[in-house]
Amino acid sequence: MNFWRTLRVAWEGLTLNKGRSFLTTLGLIIGVAAVIVMMAVSAGAEAEIADQIDALGANLIVVMPAFQPGGVAGMGRARSGLAYPDDLEAIRQGVDGINGVSAEQSTVQEIRTGGNTLSGISIVGTTADFLAVRQSAVALGRFITDEDNTRRNEVAVLGSGIAQELFGEQNPLGQRIRIGSVNFVVAGVMERKGVVGNTDYDARVYIPLSVVFQRYSTSRFGGDTLNTVLVSAESRGAMEQVMQDITMVLARQRGVPTSEPDFGLMTQDTVIQAAASTTEAFRNLLGWVAGISLVVGGIGIMNIMLVSVTERTREIGLRQALGARPRDVRLQFLLEAITLSLIGGLGGILAGVGGSYVFGELGTMRTALVPMSVPLAFAAAATVGIFFGYYPATQAAQLDPIEALRRE
Amino acid sequence: MTRTEDDQGADDVEKRVIETSGLTRVYGRGDVAVHALRGIDMTVDPGEFVALMGASGSGKSTLMNILGCLDRPTEGSYVLEGEDVSQLNKDKLAGIRNRRIGFVFQSYNLLPRLTALKNVMLPLMYNGHQSLSKGEMRERAVSVLEAVGLGDRIDHRPNELSGGEQQRVAIARALVNDPSLVLADEPTGNLDSKSGDEIMALLRQLHRSGATIVMVTHSAHDAAKAQRIMALRDGRVTARDLGVEAARRLESVTSLEGEAR
Repeated sequence: MNFWRTLRVAWEGLTLNKGRSFLTTLGLIIGVAAVIVMMAVSAGAEAEIADQIDALGANLIVVMPAFQPGGVAGMGRARSGLAYPDDLEAIRQGVDGINGVSAEQSTVQEIRTGGNTLSGISIVGTTADFLAVRQSAVALGRFITDEDNTRRNEVAVLGSGIAQELFGEQNPLGQRIRIGSVNFVVAGVMERKGVVGNTDYDARVYIPLSVVFQRYSTSRFGGDTLNTVLVSAESRGAMEQVMQDITMVLARQRGVPTSEPDFGLMTQDTVIQAAASTTEAFRNLLGWVAGISLVVGGIGIMNIMLVSVTERTREIGLRQALGARPRDVRLQFLLEAITLSLIGGLGGILAGVGGSYVFGELGTMRTALVPMSVPLAFAAAATVGIFFGYYPATQAAQLDPIEALRRE
Repeated sequence: MTRTEDDQGADDVEKRVIETSGLTRVYGRGDVAVHALRGIDMTVDPGEFVALMGASGSGKSTLMNILGCLDRPTEGSYVLEGEDVSQLNKDKLAGIRNRRIGFVFQSYNLLPRLTALKNVMLPLMYNGHQSLSKGEMRERAVSVLEAVGLGDRIDHRPNELSGGEQQRVAIARALVNDPSLVLADEPTGNLDSKSGDEIMALLRQLHRSGATIVMVTHSAHDAAKAQRIMALRDGRVTARDLGVEAARRLESVTSLEGEAR
């Protein structure tokens, strides 16, 4: 019997029991959908990491105070923050090959103008180098300057979204706004940057770091101390040297030995590695889950094919008597299994693409559909069909026609 | 059903359809071995209609399986139309069953989901030697169905047909590949006497048109319609041309045995 006729016979066999065939494919539908969603989720996670790296800024070194074990006996120092502005200045003056040194200290406040009130706004105290370090730019007016910080000028630079909400089409420059209980003059408006990582840059307001310390005592360390200082190196190649220099300079400044600094350095590489290993673990886990569900789906197909062979033993015997060779019988049942698998594969692709989209839209997880995953999943389904269909098909082919015909 | 030109060679008339010698079939080994056939020598000439009778356990089912190429003899040879088929492999046997043998079973063995036409087309589908188009297959199936008197029932499924009609479909299926040999295994066993007589009439008609038929039966009434009656007992041939009276006696013995079971 030729291939197409056998395929036709296989199809007729499947449609005999539509409900059962559907339930059988369901396992594979779930397996294939899991593969596609898994790939979309991990691609989404990778994109998320890439964004976070961008958000960190290029060639960024993060300086943090070391968390020292508590000195209960009085000898040990508690965690001591980085001093503002001395530590910042020491790095700025003493380290070559850097674009800038900046720090950020946030507070959440309510903003009022004549007519508008916005509450829960992120107010970021920072320095002039913020623009270089965070690769941001001002659209209108100017950013915070060093002078603003030394003089503790009460000036604010608005994120584009905030400026729009507060002033609409009006020119915000020179306008007065009240942040918490302090009055500020708007000095500038940032360029639109959008959401990067978890931060909506357009919904922030920047003010001088010194003003944050003076007006909103946010430092957990007390006094003018910081828990992060951000340093931007000029190039990737310079990072190593810059980090060594920072350690030297800062240790001398803080009066600690370089072998036991009371601060630590972290680069984007450390962050990327940490994030990448997390996503990789995640992806491996999902890969196993998807793989297992494919195998389970395949076993479901094998099971139903074995049932089908048993139920149709007499039919197989008859076909053999009428001239079906063992290979004709095997092909018929193998095609049934493959057809089931491919239907499962198609269903799974639909469910997987749909599922990826829904996951992405619901916002619980970022997803990016990987086009390659569709043919891959289809091929996986076909392989499962062949692999798990072969045994039942061989069982059918090896039936003795006399025994088979005698079966009721 | 007439033979096609290809099969009707000049010396074909001389060639026996069935010629077996020393056919044995042993199931199992050693102490538990069952000797179903203990050396069968039989011949069937072209165009013969032979009835095979015997009590259950006489070995007639085993013999039919070997004649039908569903099974191979343990020893001995089976020459079908001049070709020794006793030790062919499964694929070759399948080909022989497909092209040279037509089976008619007691329980019809039609596929319930297929129409009469599709059932009759099945052997054509497995015939690798002739690659017929779907249309040609249909044409041939329709013509055999018409020949067995079911020209108006071709699109009916088995459950829409009477027992006699289903057996006609089965006979049409047996004939569709124009076989050298029709093997009928108690073809009237599941039928009432009227339908049974109709089926026997159809087999006789086939015989008259040249078909070679071997039929297993328990009924002397049916066996009498054949040209020759063979009797089997304990795996041996006890008669090659039994008279009708002797067949009646044999029938009463076998039916008594049947009741005793």
